[in-house]
Amino acid sequence: MKHLLFSERMKMADLIHANYRLLFVLPRFGIQLGFGDKSIGEVCLMHGISTRLFLLVCNIYTFDDFLPDASELHSFTAEDLTDYLHNSHADYTREQIPEIRRQVLALIGCCEAKNGRILERFFDDYNREVTRHFNYEETVVFPYIHNLSEGEKSDEGYSIGQFEKNHSNIEEKLGDLKNILIKYLPDMCPGSARNKLLLDLYLLEDDLNKHSLIEDRILVPLVEQLEERMR
Amino acid sequence: MNNTPRKHRKAVLIEPSAIIAAGLKTLLAEAGSEFEICGTFEEPTHFVERAPLLNPDLILIDPAVFDFQKRTAVHNFFEGQQGAALVAVVYSFIEPEVLKQYHGSIHIYDDGHKIIRKLRQAIDARQHETESAGENSSYELTERESEILVSVAKGMTNKEIADTHHISVHTVISHRKNITRKTGIKTVSGLTVYALLNNLIDQSEVE
Repeated sequence: MKHLLFSERMKMADLIHANYRLLFVLPRFGIQLGFGDKSIGEVCLMHGISTRLFLLVCNIYTFDDFLPDASELHSFTAEDLTDYLHNSHADYTREQIPEIRRQVLALIGCCEAKNGRILERFFDDYNREVTRHFNYEETVVFPYIHNLSEGEKSDEGYSIGQFEKNHSNIEEKLGDLKNILIKYLPDMCPGSARNKLLLDLYLLEDDLNKHSLIEDRILVPLVEQLEERMR
Repeated sequence: MNNTPRKHRKAVLIEPSAIIAAGLKTLLAEAGSEFEICGTFEEPTHFVERAPLLNPDLILIDPAVFDFQKRTAVHNFFEGQQGAALVAVVYSFIEPEVLKQYHGSIHIYDDGHKIIRKLRQAIDARQHETESAGENSSYELTERESEILVSVAKGMTNKEIADTHHISVHTVISHRKNITRKTGIKTVSGLTVYALLNNLIDQSEVE
């Protein structure tokens, strides 16, 4: 398995050729396209980001059964990781979900008014739930990790064990939206609008699944190790 | 394509001729372990008595073992053997009407390869039959399931739904599982959208 993974000597451009979904990941590390023929290691160095963490994220996004050894978690800091997750949240809430919402509204324009309202309500409901989930992480979990990294003990008795590992309701709602669009919504739009929306929903779903995986399988164990050391 | 080992299939043979039974058995054994004859019977009634224990994938049968009138009602005879493919073993003239009821037929002059190929085709034909039968009956919601779905969409709990419809909570849960399996929709708000789009309820009922 190991020899199949990305390594820092590979060309950054080959990463995208291998898995175009990483187009979403690069900007969250502050990497813009146009990096020429530089290697992964060189580009990471230029941007001052942890190459280990960058490779870890890219490998998780690309190889479905890849999970790192516990020892690899020490090659970057918890705050490197929360920076990346924070940027991901910003990307979802400022870029991706608003773009999908724009497409949903365009689709609603071709629906019967009644059906349009139903769809809009459902999407906004989903949007609220995702935002609430991210806000919780931003306002409770990440500050806790920051304090822990600074060596401060939490006085409010929070621990990462309380981290909400259950992303299932958000995932289920997204799945429902896909089914509604594929099977149940009558509309008068040209087919391509609905197809484009569905393709974007599939990409968002894949991306969010990997995001959850990183939180559950990388962030939580890493913070547990920090907590262990504080005791 | 044949790199993966094929599944082992159990067959029973209903054939009064000992020579043909022995010959077919040898032929299949020589061709490898894909098909194995796990029982040979001279008469169909003998097989039916043992059928629940054998549970074969294939029933190879000489259509001549049935009385002339019964030959066109082979499926009734093997009603208990829903999963098995029926294959006719043909060595005299059999009316095409009769052969149509089988998933396939092998002829006494077929060589080993041809027989194996025909048995595989018969199993595929049998599977296809099950799949297309399932499509009509199991994907659309039943009337009862639609009623339950409406109650879910209105925000009722399983207990409330059970009381309203005079069924057990267990039955409600089983209906809900089927609704989700059929529609692919898992959340209550998703089911509400389904009910609204299909005009099962009115917006005013969910506010």
